[in-house]
Amino acid sequence: MSLAEPQIADRLAATATDNALELRGLSKKFGALAALSDIELTVKPGERRAVLGSNGAGKTTLFNCITGDFPATTGSIRFFGEDITAFPPQERIRRGLRRTYQISLLFSGLTVFDNVYLACRGVSRGRFSLIRPRRDDALMQATQELVSLVHLDDAAQKPVADLSYGQQRQLEIAMALAGAPRFILFDEPAAGLSPAERRELIEILTSLPSHVGYIIIEHDMDVALRVSEHVTMMHNGRIFKEGKPAEIEEDPEVQALYLGGDDG
Amino acid sequence: MAVSDLDPAVRGSADRSWLERIPAQYWIICVLLLVLPAFANDFVLFQLMGWTFILGMISLSLMFLAGYGGMVSLAQMSIAGMAGYMISVFGDTAITEISQGWPWWVVIPLALLIAMLFATVIGWLAVRTEGIYTIMITLAIAAAFFYFTRQNYEIFNGFTGFNGVLPPRLFGVDWRGPEAFYYLTLFWAAFFYFATIYISRAPFGLALQGVRDNPRRMAALGYNVTAHRVAAYTLSALPAGIGGILLTWQSAQISPGTAGIQAAIDILVIAVIGGLRHPIGAFIGAFIYVLLKTFAIDVLVALGLSGERFQLLIGLGFLIIVFFSPDGLLGLWEKLRASGRKDPLTGQERDET
Repeated sequence: MSLAEPQIADRLAATATDNALELRGLSKKFGALAALSDIELTVKPGERRAVLGSNGAGKTTLFNCITGDFPATTGSIRFFGEDITAFPPQERIRRGLRRTYQISLLFSGLTVFDNVYLACRGVSRGRFSLIRPRRDDALMQATQELVSLVHLDDAAQKPVADLSYGQQRQLEIAMALAGAPRFILFDEPAAGLSPAERRELIEILTSLPSHVGYIIIEHDMDVALRVSEHVTMMHNGRIFKEGKPAEIEEDPEVQALYLGGDDG
Repeated sequence: MAVSDLDPAVRGSADRSWLERIPAQYWIICVLLLVLPAFANDFVLFQLMGWTFILGMISLSLMFLAGYGGMVSLAQMSIAGMAGYMISVFGDTAITEISQGWPWWVVIPLALLIAMLFATVIGWLAVRTEGIYTIMITLAIAAAFFYFTRQNYEIFNGFTGFNGVLPPRLFGVDWRGPEAFYYLTLFWAAFFYFATIYISRAPFGLALQGVRDNPRRMAALGYNVTAHRVAAYTLSALPAGIGGILLTWQSAQISPGTAGIQAAIDILVIAVIGGLRHPIGAFIGAFIYVLLKTFAIDVLVALGLSGERFQLLIGLGFLIIVFFSPDGLLGLWEKLRASGRKDPLTGQERDET
């Protein structure tokens, strides 16, 4: 809350020079299993990157380490120049990092509007406020705009439990766009969507403000390659290849991995 | 899209006076409760209704934690007991060696403050655990509080506790008079009932429900989940603390048994009987509990059974309600309403005409 205020100028200054995300020697072990080993990754502000890889390649674990859902075993994470390795998730989110979840983690007992409102409130002041917001409150308006952005106006007052799968995915995205995101991690946002919903998703992603960068995990190559400028291939917890979408598509090793038999 | 060009129907309902939007049932209950002293006797006002409102408030503090926050605390009666003890220690009682005899306008806020501090410490200990472990740790705290008050003679006056704990004679009214006490408890019960409903839609209450549904996601939205949970315990001390003070005034005494383990479990039973989904459940549960506790003996004796078995009746009632509806009587009511709407032939919901 109060902690964030004086740092905004510093943060803006940092945005101009520093990388959005810098992972150095990041690894994550679950017991004896090395889910991530020695990840080195640099992402510039506003950069849009796809992370590809088979199941078990460590893509979602990478996201969990970046957001702090599971702390990394070794290595460091810098977010716009600031070392956030030891921060709890909420502190990382308050600095402008956002994510969506592959398996929707929503508040099933609350309505769509309340879910988005909580996302907006989480990155602003007054999280502990006991006063009900007025209808014309800035956050209520921001919530309404986000609900409209993902075409959920008609379902705004429905409990999340009543939503279709595709609508839940759209709600996930609205929640990730709350506040002033500087960098977003999308975890398979297109999974399970109909072709029409996929087109809407691509439209939402490509119309994000240019200073907002993201990393997207996506199995659907059509989606992944259309919304990203850089591609990182992961395999068995390691970064396997980096490059432009076209290079990655042509790469014989990648094709072998994706099309041939693979040990996952 | 700005709020100004919202659906006109939505705006219309907002422009309507909030008085017009209150359903008729609420008006009826409200009027009934207000005019009850005109035709009810002192026993009904002071014992039945007064006790219902008090137990309802303490159960409400549990409903707030469990229903909105997903934290089942068995220590709510201890928090109420702490407030009751503190007005005895700092106020005026028959135990003059301990009681300080300070004025009420110092004693009551001080007692509530201490109850809130106590609740914060309980919360701080309990929120590190989930589910059954929260129940265990709060039960342990309730047991510790009971034994501590029974063994400590310097502050809590041990086994005997305090007697002669009377409310201040404010505005020249004897607040232990049946009608005055009825309105006093009704006022606070109504106040906390509406405050709980209000807070459930305020950012704090919404966030608490978010923590209940998905704590991990709440952290990933920028919330400090632990702080939110602890703050919920702190807030829950207000209805529990006022309830504890009124309970102490009602019987003019407080002793370890007031906040014993049996009492702690009774609060849980009340909250579950009523239903944890809505604040009204706490008061419905309290009313049924008080009726059972007061009349079960007469019913049993009338049936030719031993009167001491009234706990059996309460236990059976609890068992039946939980068996048929895990959501308590509120859940049962909703089930009945839902099945009443269903068409008996097709099983489909039919439109009400």
